[in-house]
Amino acid sequence: MSCRWTPVWSSCGCLSRVAEGAAAATPPPPAHVLPETAAVYWRPRMDVARLRRAAAAWTATTFAHVVPFVGVGLLLFALEPLAFPVTIIAFAHAWLIPELYAQRGANVVRKRPTRAPQRAEATALGLLGDLVGHEARDLYTRTGLVIERGRLGVWLVGETGALLVRGGLGGGGRVHCFCVRVNQPDLPSADRTSHLLLALRADEQGFATVANHSFSGARWRVRRRLRRPMRPALDAAGRAARARTVISQS
Amino acid sequence: MARLIRMDHTGHTELAQWTADDPAAVEAAVEAFRRELDRGYFAMVSTGEGHAEQVHELPVDAGLVIMRLPISGG
Repeated sequence: MSCRWTPVWSSCGCLSRVAEGAAAATPPPPAHVLPETAAVYWRPRMDVARLRRAAAAWTATTFAHVVPFVGVGLLLFALEPLAFPVTIIAFAHAWLIPELYAQRGANVVRKRPTRAPQRAEATALGLLGDLVGHEARDLYTRTGLVIERGRLGVWLVGETGALLVRGGLGGGGRVHCFCVRVNQPDLPSADRTSHLLLALRADEQGFATVANHSFSGARWRVRRRLRRPMRPALDAAGRAARARTVISQS
Repeated sequence: MARLIRMDHTGHTELAQWTADDPAAVEAAVEAFRRELDRGYFAMVSTGEGHAEQVHELPVDAGLVIMRLPISGG
């Protein structure tokens, strides 16, 4: 399952006349606001309250998928034990659907094959290295994700998306998965990441507004759907987010 | 020496170099800067650890100005 492509940054007539009129009537954003937010003027600006609401909605969605299938499975088995194959199928659905959603979330940072030559990749990697500190550079080399501490939480930025890790005590925590990218197919992988990183640093809330919110769920759910080399990055972000939670609560 | 670079398919391309006391170099950098803005690039300047700012005029006193492309939801 992949992210849906939203052709929002375009003047190719994708918008209806009404939408174009509304966009034209919208005043230009203030200087500190990411200019790309003008292309998604209908979206409210992302903030902590909206993240919490989105998290609650995703939790409710998960329950709405799991509880009926488990309930039906148990009921059928209670009424007719010989119907256990149907019970197993219902349980499988209860497991599979949330897994597919988590997979969709993890896919936002899935590594894509690059068309850029090796030399361009090395040059782009050098620039990205200049933008981040030693810790983030090392983590990127190992996992392909850049860790960035923001006000909304701890971000992991990849080439086609970002994970926002928010704290939770006791090893928990939640991950918000955002699908966002720069639409230039021949850019080196590290350059794509640098584009997203600079936009994130300029306006974190604007970045989260422009990006498509693909999934929100417990960290362990996203972790097991991530490719194995990327998991240490999520662990590091989880630790950083947990530390922030502890500090803010003390 | 300040630098204006554009992130592109080569990794990045250096468009201009200047020092504040060299008016000709600054002029050339400003021209290159405006040309990239006209092509749809955004100019970014780092403003401390974890922070960046979009600029609409070339900040002559900045050490590094990076031109980036717009992003969009994927």
